[in-house]
Amino acid sequence: MNPIDPKQGRSSAPSIPKDPTSLVLWALAVCALVVLLAWSVLLNLYRILERNHLAGVGVEVLLVLVGLLPLLLLVPVWRGLRNAGQARAALAVKDLITTRVKATEAREWAQYAIGYGAAVLLVFLSVQFLLANDGAVGSTFFRLELIRDSFGLVLGAFWKNVWMFCVAEVLILVWGLVIAVARMIPGRAGQPIRFLATVYTDAFRGLPTIISIYLIALGLPLANVPVVRDWRPEWLAILALTMSYGAYVAEVYRAGLDSIHPSQWSAARSLGLSFSQTLRFVIIPQAVRRIIPPLLNDFIALQKDTALVNVVGVIDGFNQAKIIASNKFNLSAVTTVAILFMIITIPQTRLVDRLLEQEKRRTRG
Amino acid sequence: MSFLEIRDVHKRYGELEVLKGINLKVEQHQVVCLIGASGCGKSTLLRCINGLEAISGGEIRLEGDRITGPGVDLDRLRRKVGIVFQSFNLFPHMTVLQNVTLAPIQVLGIPRAEAEARAMELLRRIGLEAKAKAYPDQLSGGQQQRVAIARALAMDPQLLLLDEITSALDPELVSEVLNLLRELAAEGMTMLLATHEMSFAREVASKVCFLYQGVVHEEGPPEQIFGDPQQERTRAFLSKIIEAGRL
Repeated sequence: MNPIDPKQGRSSAPSIPKDPTSLVLWALAVCALVVLLAWSVLLNLYRILERNHLAGVGVEVLLVLVGLLPLLLLVPVWRGLRNAGQARAALAVKDLITTRVKATEAREWAQYAIGYGAAVLLVFLSVQFLLANDGAVGSTFFRLELIRDSFGLVLGAFWKNVWMFCVAEVLILVWGLVIAVARMIPGRAGQPIRFLATVYTDAFRGLPTIISIYLIALGLPLANVPVVRDWRPEWLAILALTMSYGAYVAEVYRAGLDSIHPSQWSAARSLGLSFSQTLRFVIIPQAVRRIIPPLLNDFIALQKDTALVNVVGVIDGFNQAKIIASNKFNLSAVTTVAILFMIITIPQTRLVDRLLEQEKRRTRG
Repeated sequence: MSFLEIRDVHKRYGELEVLKGINLKVEQHQVVCLIGASGCGKSTLLRCINGLEAISGGEIRLEGDRITGPGVDLDRLRRKVGIVFQSFNLFPHMTVLQNVTLAPIQVLGIPRAEAEARAMELLRRIGLEAKAKAYPDQLSGGQQQRVAIARALAMDPQLLLLDEITSALDPELVSEVLNLLRELAAEGMTMLLATHEMSFAREVASKVCFLYQGVVHEEGPPEQIFGDPQQERTRAFLSKIIEAGRL
């Protein structure tokens, strides 16, 4: 290999960076547009409030304050402009290092301004959507006095959802494990059991939950099935949810049990532990830790699917809200129940993310 | 009648025949070392002896009793034959003490207090008494492997199988594990070990067996195998080991 000639091999002078000015000007244009749009939305909002006799000094001050917020976008734009100016000045005196540093900073500020500008734009556009049709969209979903008046009733009915998913989750935890273990039973004797368990999981994972609720909660009493026909529809719905989600959770368990390294089986069996002792003391305790995040995901889905029980006439939060909605010809009560669902599920979603992050750190470290 | 007798044992995985007629005898209180290149069947043979793998032909007898084939109570066999693995395989969700007491409590039905007292004695012996409440991932590899040995010993096995138990250890941790094996050998524990630690084999083995392509190619006392190997393959294998500075 020939030695690299330092004079020819590579240029020792730093390359001249691109001028950031045009990007910064773009950022300025975007931000100015966002500010103007925000103001027009706020003006629109003020007119609607005025027409509904909701305007007052407090509201005006609030709107002005909100109107000032988008102006903060001009701060990064200003910094971008300043850095771009400094970059040009440094280039004029051939100070390439400073040029590069300042140009980079200018570009970063401009990108920052555009990013935040886009976010502010989206927020005000969604406000504008609610105000559309003279505020008809907003009042359809968010009629405050209706939300206030119906809140107690909806919340009361929503407890039925909470109660149903709590009971169902306990049952599903047990039932899912039973199915998962049934699918793992070894040997020729276990074959029919494995087959049945597979048929069950395939069937219920293929069946839409709403249909299984409909078939079980309406069908079993209709068919006069003993014992079950006397159950209240809530319990039949819980049974349907357990059957449906039990299939999903069984798969989660199975994936968890499968994920334990075979060497753990070898170690346990070599000590004389039986198949079931190995499962109970060695495999399941380790698997459960790993499946908590996917299990919680399934439970979040289950909690939302408790709203499906309205198809068999159970008065849950959603059904109650629907009744109010059709009486008042306005969906605000349904908004209430939607928000209630989000309030209980969002913390769990965050928790799942945290657990997954922890797991990732643990397995990496 | 030997303590452990392996007669013409074959093991196939589908098309691949790993063991092609192994014959081997181990007497009580002997330390028998299996040496040979990776993939020659050492680990497979050990796993067959305590029933973790079913053999495809031949038979294995322990104290004259057939321990392979249909009708064998493997759980009962495994109480007599302990195994220690290359990768330790401790139960990560249990403390050291729980690792050691699980089988005595659940399999032998020993009361917890008694099992724990015995386990503490074992841990004292391996110098890890202070780590009884620690979890495996808080221990070094050498410490984990010593715990794994203690876990096997807690079942009071008559035969201990050791599957390359120092191969996964950092070099400076190997000696603490080998020292423990020396003590066990001195106490008369019957051991069958697959190993790459040739000087250790030379020092403690009653008999060394060189496995080559699924059969015992040459066996004999360590002085003979290491000092005056009769077979060409054995010489070739050992000269490579010497080249690598391992003997």
